[in-house]
Amino acid sequence: MGSRASSLLREEDIEEIKKETGFSHSQITRLYSRFHSLDKGENGALSREDFQRIPELAINPLGDRIINAFFPEGEDQVNFRGFMRTLAHFRPVEDNEKNKDPSAGEPLNSRNNKLLFAFRLYDLDRDDKISRDELLQVLRMMVGVNISDEQLGSIADRTIQEADTNGDMCISFSEFIKVLEKVDVEQKMSIRFLH
Amino acid sequence: GFLHFHGVVLLEILQGVTLGGDKEASETSNETNTVQGLIQRDDSSLEKEIGERRGNRRGDFALSDVFYFSKKGIESIVEDEVTQRFSSEELVSWNLLTRTNNNFHYISLRLTILWGVGVIVRYGILLPLRVSLAAIGLSWLVIGTTVVGFIPNCWLKDWLSELVHVMCYRICARGLSATIHYHNRENKPKKGGICVANHTSPIDVVILANDGGYAMVGQVHGGLMGVVQRAMVRACPHIWFERAEMKDRHLVTQRLRDHVNDKKKLPILIFPEGTCINNTSVMMFKKGSFEIGGTIYPVAIKYDPQFGDAFWNSAKYNMVSYLLRMMTSWAIVCNVWYLPPMTQKEGEDAVQFANRVKSAIAQQGGLVDLSWDGGLKRAKVKDTFKQEQQKKYSCMVVGDDSSE
Repeated sequence: MGSRASSLLREEDIEEIKKETGFSHSQITRLYSRFHSLDKGENGALSREDFQRIPELAINPLGDRIINAFFPEGEDQVNFRGFMRTLAHFRPVEDNEKNKDPSAGEPLNSRNNKLLFAFRLYDLDRDDKISRDELLQVLRMMVGVNISDEQLGSIADRTIQEADTNGDMCISFSEFIKVLEKVDVEQKMSIRFLH
Repeated sequence: GFLHFHGVVLLEILQGVTLGGDKEASETSNETNTVQGLIQRDDSSLEKEIGERRGNRRGDFALSDVFYFSKKGIESIVEDEVTQRFSSEELVSWNLLTRTNNNFHYISLRLTILWGVGVIVRYGILLPLRVSLAAIGLSWLVIGTTVVGFIPNCWLKDWLSELVHVMCYRICARGLSATIHYHNRENKPKKGGICVANHTSPIDVVILANDGGYAMVGQVHGGLMGVVQRAMVRACPHIWFERAEMKDRHLVTQRLRDHVNDKKKLPILIFPEGTCINNTSVMMFKKGSFEIGGTIYPVAIKYDPQFGDAFWNSAKYNMVSYLLRMMTSWAIVCNVWYLPPMTQKEGEDAVQFANRVKSAIAQQGGLVDLSWDGGLKRAKVKDTFKQEQQKKYSCMVVGDDSSE
């Protein structure tokens, strides 16, 4: 009869994902459907090509970086848990989390974690610092061929200068947070999920 | 008459049985039985989001600029406008066909029994009936058109040819239990015109041809299709292209133009999307049909998904399995709207004309009007779109009227 999307997702899995990500039961099943429809190879995991098949993502200047955010270091496949974990960063921050469990650790969609997601878009080699070179590469992705190397270089220099407080010519995560402390991260990095 | 009654009864049964067993879903649906979106997009543009933060600074870069792109990117991963058009529409309440059962797990024993009964009825009774009807219809088409082909060209031949064609399409339509509601028949395509319609399945041809004669346009096939094609051409002119000829756009346009200019020939039927879409939207119309000249008669076709999913997902099913699915659905119910004829305006190029017609069809059929190319089903999206976005963003970084 072929695989039925919802029948491959067990109730225990849904409960675990619910606890970890904060998505509701129906949101998880809907997202599983979506995961399944993207999974053309039907092997329970998504590859980079599966993501690139989405036209709106393929034309996004940062498309490749966003896709990369789903894949753990050195891996080419992301399973449903990993998929949900990454998407969870974009859940809106609720004021009163009903199950505020102190031992559960910081929720994936906290302001801090949202900033960490953005930080990692810049940090290409995952060494927890944004170097001038990395910043230049990401800038190049966003502007294409429309700005010269010199001009882009001076933009990068200026940005690092403004952010760098310890003089290592790189932007660390805490420096990153400081620069963006006035920005409404919660609104800009949140997506309203229905149901 | 009978079919209409059969349709109404079925609808009542389906609604009563399945909605009762799935209250949660019914609460979230509106009048239509289709699922609402997963996220609420706020449709903010690049200008608004990044422009906001600038204040009075002419142009600049900020580390937070990535927020906009990441949000848009993640939104498209969760739900995008394009990939969903290439697979069947989801229904809220189940219509007792396993094939539409994506989100419904085992609900109740009662429902399963009903489904079982449904299977017996569909495969045991409806299928054999429909297959025989289709066979009769097709053989009649071949025989009838061949016979008519022997008559010398005159009004009698044309009249008989139309009669034979329409009759056989009617039989085929019965073979699919198709109930078709035609609207605004005063706008029906006339001779020497070009009929354009949105494309969901090969059955579209049967649906439209039930109401009148059209000259078909398409590729020459071998096998059974080839036999049918050659027979049809004997009775009245259709336009069949060899595969190699299709690559030559000028040749194609010229042949179509010649046909259209002969006012005695039947209107040609073209599907400008170029591929089957799942009937929730209309995708980019290829401009070729709009460069021929002549009057365009737009037609909107909307299938009712409650009774059977008419969309042909050619990646998943070949023609034979598709037809089998069609013949084991409850019924095919659809609405056809004939729109008033349109012609190219002064100063309007083919692309703008095509978009205008597309919007009219989308609006009439209640479909989403998309500019994305249906060819994205198989091909990758062009880099130019990404470059456009990059250019827009660069203007904002540098400042709109930079002198550097």
